[in-house]
Amino acid sequence: MTVDTLRLSAEEANRLVTDGEVSSDELYRAYLDAIGERDPELHAFLYVCENDPGAGIPIAIKDVIGTRGIPTTAGSKILESYIPVYDATVIANCRKRGLRVIGKTNTDEFAMGSSTENSAFGPSHNPWDPSRVPGGSGGGSAAAVSAGLAPWALGSDTGGSIKQPAALCGHVGLRPTYGTVSRYGVVAFASSLDQVGPVARNVRDCAFLYSVISGRDEHDSTTVDVPEVELPTAEDLKGLRIGVPKEMNGVDGIEPGVSAAVHKALELAESLGATVEECSLPRSVDYGVACYYVVSPAEASANLARYDGVRFGLRDDGADFREMVMKTRDAGFGDEPKRRIMVGTYALSSGYYDAYYRTAQKVRTVIKREHDELFERFDVLVSPTSPTVAFPIGAKIDDPVAMYMNDVLTIPSCMAGLPGLNIPCGLSEGLPVGLQLIGPQFGENTIFRAAHALEQAIGFDVVPERLR
Amino acid sequence: MTTAWEPVIGLEIHVQLKTETKMFCRCRNGFGGEPNSQTCPVCLAFPGALPVPNRRAIEETIKLGLALDCAIAERAVFHRKNYFYPDNPKAYQISQYDEPLCAGGHLDVPTGDGVTRIGITRAHLEEDAAKNVHVAASGRIHGATATLVDFNRCGTPLVEIVTEPDLHDAETAKRFLQLLRQTVVELGLSDAELEHGSMRFDVNVSVRPAGSDELRTRTELKNMNSFNFAAKGIEREIARQVRIYEEGGVVDQETLHFDPAHEESPPMRSKEEAQDYRYFPEPDLVPVEPGAELVERLRGEIVELPGGRITRIAETLSFYDADVLVTGGLDRLWVAVVDAGADPKDAANVLANQFVATGIDPGAVGAGELAKLVSARAEIPRAAFDEALAKVGEPDFSADPYLAQKVVADTAELDPIIERIIEANPGQAGQYRSGKHGLLGFFVGQVMKETGGSADPRVVNERVRALLG
Repeated sequence: MTVDTLRLSAEEANRLVTDGEVSSDELYRAYLDAIGERDPELHAFLYVCENDPGAGIPIAIKDVIGTRGIPTTAGSKILESYIPVYDATVIANCRKRGLRVIGKTNTDEFAMGSSTENSAFGPSHNPWDPSRVPGGSGGGSAAAVSAGLAPWALGSDTGGSIKQPAALCGHVGLRPTYGTVSRYGVVAFASSLDQVGPVARNVRDCAFLYSVISGRDEHDSTTVDVPEVELPTAEDLKGLRIGVPKEMNGVDGIEPGVSAAVHKALELAESLGATVEECSLPRSVDYGVACYYVVSPAEASANLARYDGVRFGLRDDGADFREMVMKTRDAGFGDEPKRRIMVGTYALSSGYYDAYYRTAQKVRTVIKREHDELFERFDVLVSPTSPTVAFPIGAKIDDPVAMYMNDVLTIPSCMAGLPGLNIPCGLSEGLPVGLQLIGPQFGENTIFRAAHALEQAIGFDVVPERLR
Repeated sequence: MTTAWEPVIGLEIHVQLKTETKMFCRCRNGFGGEPNSQTCPVCLAFPGALPVPNRRAIEETIKLGLALDCAIAERAVFHRKNYFYPDNPKAYQISQYDEPLCAGGHLDVPTGDGVTRIGITRAHLEEDAAKNVHVAASGRIHGATATLVDFNRCGTPLVEIVTEPDLHDAETAKRFLQLLRQTVVELGLSDAELEHGSMRFDVNVSVRPAGSDELRTRTELKNMNSFNFAAKGIEREIARQVRIYEEGGVVDQETLHFDPAHEESPPMRSKEEAQDYRYFPEPDLVPVEPGAELVERLRGEIVELPGGRITRIAETLSFYDADVLVTGGLDRLWVAVVDAGADPKDAANVLANQFVATGIDPGAVGAGELAKLVSARAEIPRAAFDEALAKVGEPDFSADPYLAQKVVADTAELDPIIERIIEANPGQAGQYRSGKHGLLGFFVGQVMKETGGSADPRVVNERVRALLG
């Protein structure tokens, strides 16, 4: 039996293996063949595993997630030679279910970016149009799932790195509630924001993978017990109260085609029985990005300080300890990590801490409260995931602030620690448009239910047109 | 110039907790081991590793805080303290900053002039650094040429105790340190062994004109590994600062590396190069919120501490005796022996002098039997007493056989022996009689030998003198 990886969901792939129609090895090889065929153009993978143990189906792993014995570079030269001695908890969880790592996917260096152009190993390409970015930082996982190089993948999301690439590549991605998925073994960018999450072709696969990776972990003291995950079957939205924050649907820079597709999806939601009402998140949208670009670089400046050449990774020798550390870090880090280390160090410095870091923490509390208040009235909040469709490679690389503004719609709920999910809701100029559903804390099941019903009604074909 | 100067001294003490495992990982916590054998991804700071706090270490820090009469925080926060150094693999130390576990306590230090109360600013929990082995001919940090790192120590739970600048002389500082050490040892938190580095301290010293309440520039003395060095270093630093001020100079804020072998303390770094540690709350950990129930349970586990015991015993004995008993770990036995009927002063003398020389564990001694021995001390031969004391720790020890031996003080019994010895040593007898009175001891010794130690030395002395005269 030949396997059409472009059209195969993880659920269906798993059924094929369970029923013995295809062996686990045959399936793995089918995906390796797809990688061999399409990855030279897409560069979704930084490393492909020729064979990984397990009796189940393959999974692609973003290269910030540590895999024992398999290189884990975080898209950085400073970790080019690094091979972890332990599996991240999410990897251990996947292995318990028989999942086999098929490869490590490209990412902006240390997950810092919105296009994968900050990868030290070159950008990934969007399967819908290889001249365009797949989004970032998890563009590699997104491109891999979109182009049928893996049935599903793990990503990590700090300010939108799962949701935004899912939007730009036209599939489903969940950033879970902070604390529901272990960060143990995941190369840290901004510890109070980083969350691992599933990247999938449909909402049910996404929900299933979330159930595999989530739960309290004794190695991560910020994790909590997680409500049991319900695989969604709903086809209507009766009783669902949808809030539409006007700032997130009217912010400068939202492309008309994006607005139109989101508007159509909202009409569809109403016809499925949901109530749709405008609401407001004024300060979250105004201050979210600024706040994020204080908190996340501050934490990053400490998290990236361990790359000093002493114990692992790149070392550039110097006359003494100080010189070795400086040369190693200069040679090993690209521009974006350097930029954020400097910004973050500044924000934490004596005399500036109150003005920057402490103020940002206060703003973060305001953002959280603003969201909490809305969830007293609504079950989910809806907006575009990204203000634009996939943009051409190179278009924003020289303008960091323009690149940062890409995440204006995903960042606020990340700052509030809330779950958010992207589903594709249509095309604009032939490229996918993503719809973002934000839920309350631990509201994943509600999001899955709503997203599944919408997904069925929208009937979006996740296979890129040029690959059909 | 006759200005009197008052020293102002504050202490920062680090104590390693002897928990089974390290502060934020499950590696064994223990001194020694092959270099880098007690390590894991967490304490080596591999990418993705996360800290998980050691519950036991938190409880023990609270216990110490309670022993020091500190307020225990309802919510304490771990912070990251950022700096690059090879012994600090994350390039930040997880420590506590403005929300420590314990704050605002004191330790009462008994002295000959009463109790001196030393304020405790705070006691907080952090992780120890790895051990840098600086390779140089002298073996000391100063002048080292290469560095090796052993991460076994990295992540050991470490309590930092900071005092108020309430100390004004080296002797009291030393007494404070000794008492604090004994307190943590008795609480069972730490071995607090200076030679293994499980207790370490830094001293901040400044001086000011006596009577003033200003705080002048202070210097920090680091790396002192004995209480006597600390006292010596403090005295040396006070003298140095006084000399500078009297010569019209200014004291620089700097860290001095104490080297007992040299008169000067070479500066390690001056504060112009001081680090900005960029403290911020550790996002990988949630705040510690010890409930009232836990705090009360821990409070219930604290028995009377050495400082209080010295003060209490000094009401009966001299301060000196009380101090010797408590710091020698003998006071509990003393109380039991006195309760069993011994004279307090006699019991203290026996314990602090003869008993301590036997090396017997005070916990193994039956107080009733020892009390009998102490009370009979003057009435039994010295040799019998010594023999009995050497066996007082044995499980079935009974004092009775020794008490049956009485000293011989009867002159009718002693005089013939003394006369026989004088006759046997005519030369010495002649010399004594011609004025060489130092020979008295010779004759007394002979008599004691002859009587197997059972003669009363006081009576023998008297009779030898009479019979030779």
